[in-house]
Amino acid sequence: MPIRWLPYALIAPAALFLGVLFVIPLVQTGALAFQVHDAWALGNFTRMTGDLNFADALRNSFQLVLVAVPVQLCLAMGMAMMLRHLQRGRAIVLWVWSIPLGISDLAAGLVWLTILTDQGYLNSVLFHLGVIAAPEGWLTYETPFALFMAVAIAEIWRATAIVLLILVAGVQMLPKEYGEAAAVFGASPWQAFTKVTLPLLRPSIQSALILRTVLAFEAFAVVMALGGRNFPVLVSEAYAWKHFNQDTGVAAAYALVIMAISVAATLVFLRLLRTPVEQQT
Amino acid sequence: MTLRRGIFLSGIGVISAWVLLPIWLIAASAVGGQGQISAWPKPLWPAGGTLDGLASFLAIEGVWKATANSVAVALLTMAMAILLGAPAGYALARFNFRGANLFRVLVLMTRAFPVAILALPLTVSFIRFGVYDTAFGVALMHTTLALPFAVLVSASLFQAIPRELEEAAWVFGCTRWQAAMRVVLPLALPGIVATAIFAFVISWNEVFAASVLTVRNRTLTAYLLAVLSESPMHLQFAGGFLLIVPSVLFIFLVRKHLFAMWGIANR
Amino acid sequence: MTKHPRTLLIVSAALLALAAPVRAQQSTVFLSSQLRPVESAQIMRTQILKGYAGKVEFVPEQPAELVVRLQAEKQAGKSTISLVAGVHGELQPLVPAGILTPLDDVAATLKARGFAPELLALGKFGTDHQLMIPWMQATYVMVANKKALPYLPAGADINALTYAQLADWGAALQKATGKRLLGFPAGPTGLMHRFFEGFLLPSYTGGVVTTFKSPEAIVAWTEFAALWKFVTPNSTNINFMQEPLLTGDVWVGFDHIARVIDALTKQPNDFVTFPAPAGPKGRGWMPVLVGLSIPTGAPDVAGAKALIDHLTLPATQIITASTVGFFPVTSAALPPDLSPGMTLAVSAVQKTGAAKDGIATLLPVGLGAKSGEFDKIFLDTFQRVVLRGEKPDAVLARQGAALQALMAETGAPCWRPDPVSAGACQVK
Repeated sequence: MPIRWLPYALIAPAALFLGVLFVIPLVQTGALAFQVHDAWALGNFTRMTGDLNFADALRNSFQLVLVAVPVQLCLAMGMAMMLRHLQRGRAIVLWVWSIPLGISDLAAGLVWLTILTDQGYLNSVLFHLGVIAAPEGWLTYETPFALFMAVAIAEIWRATAIVLLILVAGVQMLPKEYGEAAAVFGASPWQAFTKVTLPLLRPSIQSALILRTVLAFEAFAVVMALGGRNFPVLVSEAYAWKHFNQDTGVAAAYALVIMAISVAATLVFLRLLRTPVEQQT
Repeated sequence: MTLRRGIFLSGIGVISAWVLLPIWLIAASAVGGQGQISAWPKPLWPAGGTLDGLASFLAIEGVWKATANSVAVALLTMAMAILLGAPAGYALARFNFRGANLFRVLVLMTRAFPVAILALPLTVSFIRFGVYDTAFGVALMHTTLALPFAVLVSASLFQAIPRELEEAAWVFGCTRWQAAMRVVLPLALPGIVATAIFAFVISWNEVFAASVLTVRNRTLTAYLLAVLSESPMHLQFAGGFLLIVPSVLFIFLVRKHLFAMWGIANR
Repeated sequence: MTKHPRTLLIVSAALLALAAPVRAQQSTVFLSSQLRPVESAQIMRTQILKGYAGKVEFVPEQPAELVVRLQAEKQAGKSTISLVAGVHGELQPLVPAGILTPLDDVAATLKARGFAPELLALGKFGTDHQLMIPWMQATYVMVANKKALPYLPAGADINALTYAQLADWGAALQKATGKRLLGFPAGPTGLMHRFFEGFLLPSYTGGVVTTFKSPEAIVAWTEFAALWKFVTPNSTNINFMQEPLLTGDVWVGFDHIARVIDALTKQPNDFVTFPAPAGPKGRGWMPVLVGLSIPTGAPDVAGAKALIDHLTLPATQIITASTVGFFPVTSAALPPDLSPGMTLAVSAVQKTGAAKDGIATLLPVGLGAKSGEFDKIFLDTFQRVVLRGEKPDAVLARQGAALQALMAETGAPCWRPDPVSAGACQVK
């Protein structure tokens, strides 16, 4: 086989696979979204935007991403820096901190449900501390802020680990000399962090942000477990339209909206956090 | 120990507690049985824990079969993701060819699309091709989820292996295939193993595609989703806890490789 | 994991080869939208199917998924399902799709079982053939904790309660305990929409679709929104009333009998059961008929027919009633020595059926795959009027238009208690 064709032969199986199992269903979904009664129309989109929950779902999805993802990034950054300064027991600490990585969102939702129900552990602790006298509701439609915080905290708990791993990996590859040089020139640890470490970590931050944002827009089981109908997000609405209302057209329209937002977010991060050419390896 | 050091270590402790405490609490709920669910205020240490909840959960017909299905699906996903992904990764790492970027974009796009919906149009095709309601069918779907990771991670793995090593092997008379097999693959193997296990975890945890594409041969998560949504709380918590146990073990098994994978993946 | 790369490849290849044959051995696949909760499914497998000679695989499935699955199998021309069980309204969309096979021979053979004639007639779905054999029936009931009884409004008969009295009761409970103790199953998988379709609106308006935006409907929603002040805010998270009844979060709750049975059997001494309240027009209530059908192309028709025979046996009907709380559709008589919890359940269902002012309401008929959107119209109205406090007349005008469009699209004629219509049911 001529060498020119070798790379194509190597990617062919994967490309073919994704073509059959991703592109074709994607096109089919697109067709579903733009068809009403087998005719091309925008009816599904007008139904979607005209729905009671659409504005809420859009707002909730964005709020969740805008709150959870930055917190995850900062938290993971702090954790990565702590790990860097830890001499003994690093492996065990890293293991503990990575555990949520393997926990499905179905299970993570249940974990936080056991804490936040009326007779849950949060209320019990508050009661033992004398803060409250009777169970307090956290997950009802009357406490939208508490509900939002609950969902955001559960998301942060579950998905900080993946950001941490990406950052830890990036930190590991930082040349030690840079930090030493900064110290020689009299930079404070904070200056060294913001002026040296952060810029060097830019590629890792970029991957982490893209991955987390895309996955946060798809967060579903956690939201369903804690929020149910009280906290609609785009994916849960897509699911509800498909599952309860049996309208695949509107569900497909939601899917396309989610995909458009994810792709747009990816492009924004790629542009904002471009790695300068001289820094590329 | 200085004050600074103390603050530092307690920071580590607080974050570890933040990760572990919720898991401890669901474990307490899982062994507490129905009494623990309605108890108010709850003791933080489960009083007189019983394994009834867990036992009655494990006694539900089909749980073991679903577990076996989950394992089969996850192993297949792992195998397919690596077999398809590693060669593509090698191509991206070693060759400059037209369409490489298009391929990268295709691979990235798969992650920007909600899976639950993707599975819809597939149902009918799956029935037609006889892979509906089989472990293999679900594994096909899960491979589309795991493949992007496999391709991109293995590309960076291969990139990290100096091209010179491979070229030296050619000089010593190896064919391209032999050089790849004898020189490159052994070096990349730890990273590939980590990727494979990550593919396993992705598949193990996936719920929606698995529920849509199966009737009888449900995976454990799909089975749980179906039964849990309508079960009493103590059974739900028992099920949730049992889902977490293997995850914790997985992460423990791959803890050494996690670095290998992400460290190089980021280059 | 292996150290040698080739071994990895061989292992993977072997796994791929093994994949195809992962299939269960031959047995009759029984797909059911009922008895989904783990515990009832377990009872189904271990007790109700116990005496049956053949091998059965009982697969519970969400109602919406059940229909989709049968349609997908029909579309692809390959079937795995031999017997399907669902509520009358769930199986109905399968009739125009031609998915149900005629069971006239089965109905003839089983004549001696003594099916209630009106139930058997429902199984024809307005066609000339018996497409569904009745299996079991149920309804929705109210359950109250005995602690709530002292606060029952003076002069109120718990078995002939009105919505006004229920509101007063809730107010008295809140005054006495400081907590809102009424409960409705308005969670994501709760059956709240059935409350509006089968209970609240028929009680106030005497209809469902035709009277959707009538002045009586505005009264119904206004009064329900007022009553909601005494309903626990957790209601929008409640899917099954038995949980909050057992924890004591709810003292007076409404739900499907199968979704409170756990509370009744676990603590029969703590609860009383009674029919849903009445409104100005009467006591709206919704009987639930579960039936059995065989889809076209079923791989094991003989097994499916044998299963129908087993499930309608008098002994099986009685076991079903005494274990999962669904009642016989045949002449099988319930034994007098039912457990205390079951006695509670039975009495509630009997009192509901026997109420003099009862207005029996059918599940939506003829909406096909649109029944989910029908439910959504009621749930959206609930969300707007009750949870968000919007003006009922404006909301009903808007949702009424959506309902009218839906009825026109499906062409579904009116069903009980709306008066018989020639064409599609019209919102007046």
